[in-house]
Amino acid sequence: MKVVIKKGAITLLLCLLATLLLLPILISFTNSLMTEQEIGSNYDMIGEMTDAANDGEDAFVNLKLIPDWVSFEQYDKVLIETPTYLNLFWNSVYMVAFIIAGQVIVGALAAYAFAKLRFRGRDQMFFIYLITMLMPFQVTLVPNYIIADKLGLLNSAYAIILPGIFGAFGVFMLRQFMLSIPTAYVEAAHMDGAGHSRIFVQIILPLIKPALAALIVLLFVDYWNMVEQPLIFLDDDFRQPLSVYLSVIQQEARGVGFAASVFYMLPMVLLFLYAESYFIEGVQTSGIKG
Amino acid sequence: MAMFLKIMRRHSVVAVGFLAPSVIGFSIFYLIPFAMGVHYSFMNRSNGGSFVGLTNYKELLASDSFLKAAKNTFLFTSVSVPITIALSLLLALLLNQSIYFRNWLRTAYVLPLVVPVASVVLIWQLLFDWNGAVNSWLHELGVSRMDWMKSEWARGVLSVVYAWKNIGYNIILFLAGLQSIPKDYYETAELEGAGAIRKFTRITLVYLTPKMFFVVLMGLISSFRIFRETYLIAGDYPHDSIYMLQHYMNNMFLSLDIQRLTSAAVIMVVCLIVLVTGMFTLERRFTSDLD
Repeated sequence: MKVVIKKGAITLLLCLLATLLLLPILISFTNSLMTEQEIGSNYDMIGEMTDAANDGEDAFVNLKLIPDWVSFEQYDKVLIETPTYLNLFWNSVYMVAFIIAGQVIVGALAAYAFAKLRFRGRDQMFFIYLITMLMPFQVTLVPNYIIADKLGLLNSAYAIILPGIFGAFGVFMLRQFMLSIPTAYVEAAHMDGAGHSRIFVQIILPLIKPALAALIVLLFVDYWNMVEQPLIFLDDDFRQPLSVYLSVIQQEARGVGFAASVFYMLPMVLLFLYAESYFIEGVQTSGIKG
Repeated sequence: MAMFLKIMRRHSVVAVGFLAPSVIGFSIFYLIPFAMGVHYSFMNRSNGGSFVGLTNYKELLASDSFLKAAKNTFLFTSVSVPITIALSLLLALLLNQSIYFRNWLRTAYVLPLVVPVASVVLIWQLLFDWNGAVNSWLHELGVSRMDWMKSEWARGVLSVVYAWKNIGYNIILFLAGLQSIPKDYYETAELEGAGAIRKFTRITLVYLTPKMFFVVLMGLISSFRIFRETYLIAGDYPHDSIYMLQHYMNNMFLSLDIQRLTSAAVIMVVCLIVLVTGMFTLERRFTSDLD
């Protein structure tokens, strides 16, 4: 009995904290179902320094969880009336898709060399990869810009996609995972006369399938969220991914902002719920000591 | 030895094939830009300038806005990283108890990690605006309101946003660490009459240390990257207390002050290298002690 009470108490505490943590997501969702009018009357005082509209009285935001009237008006604007938003969403989709596909392929090949082959300078080289992976984007901002300019990539999606493909994270994570595959497998196959390309395709790739899935989820999370690179490399608004343009939408019309925000986080949240075990495994693998 | 060299040579040829795509792209988009950055940081102009030694660094270290940005980054990191880690450890310990709905709860704590920052910016604004929800709650409690984003409190707000996003990551790693500690360690300790605190400090913390190294390292690194949140909530020129190194670099870029930007970047990378090597050395020493 005592055990049950303790178990219940801890669970209750954790549930309360979890609710608090999930509140921003929950509020976004419920508020996206409000009418523009309701959003306006509750939130329009944001950013106003004076309360003149209210005869000098205090005017506070009325943060509401449940809409008075459930309406799909905002979604209608995002999904049907304004094709721009769908267009920006599509920008996000294809940039992220190319980056993931590229980084998984390039990363798996390089990871094999780092994990299973012996060559001079291997560890030093890997250390360089590791450091660049950890650098904030701003560190190489200028030279990156110059190179993108020289290659004629500025203001095109390639300026985002190409550096993304060669990001070091995929190499790092897949190497960590491949290290846990016994080298004896590779050596045995080698004895039987298999070349490294065959070993890679027929032995390693099938074994790292879970890691590949995990990498895909982690890269999706990371690049779906990108803000800095597109902001610098893309001039035209219509080329931006929705992650950048969301803040503009939010400033212009708060109600549409909620719907667009939810619309943008939805694929990520669904993918996470579907592939949570891969995600967790991915974080754990890349979290194993180097 | 001869055998080893032979393996090495044979592998080198193969390695080139596997590495080529990655190394070429990596060099073009990361390594060469970085080398160019280091080069610029020693020149007086980026185009056809001459070598000026450490002049740029001296000027940088004398510049108020750089020092302010460095100080803010340091302050933010030294407060929010430990707090976030302590909080995640506590939650991981609770989640590791025998509880109901464990998997559901874990999912809930990890979820913020996957939500795009831009998607919840509106909520942070609604909460921390001058007329925002937090102030309205304070008002109801009879406390006078605060201008959260335009005062020293901005650092606190940013810490909340940082913790919200990063707790899940730490929890995943801590939970994995906790689950790898053999149960009989605790049973033995109990037989020997060890109390809860003793068990926590002598077993749990000790065996979590390898994970802890990684959590601390990643925490530091993601705190260097808080720019995205700051930028989306407060724009190009946020309150002084949250003007971080990345803001500094971003604004140097916009004002085309290449020398300042590249020397700041080099300093940041040197710190990063020292940090990473230091952590790995510490970890290796610790792990060999443990064995």
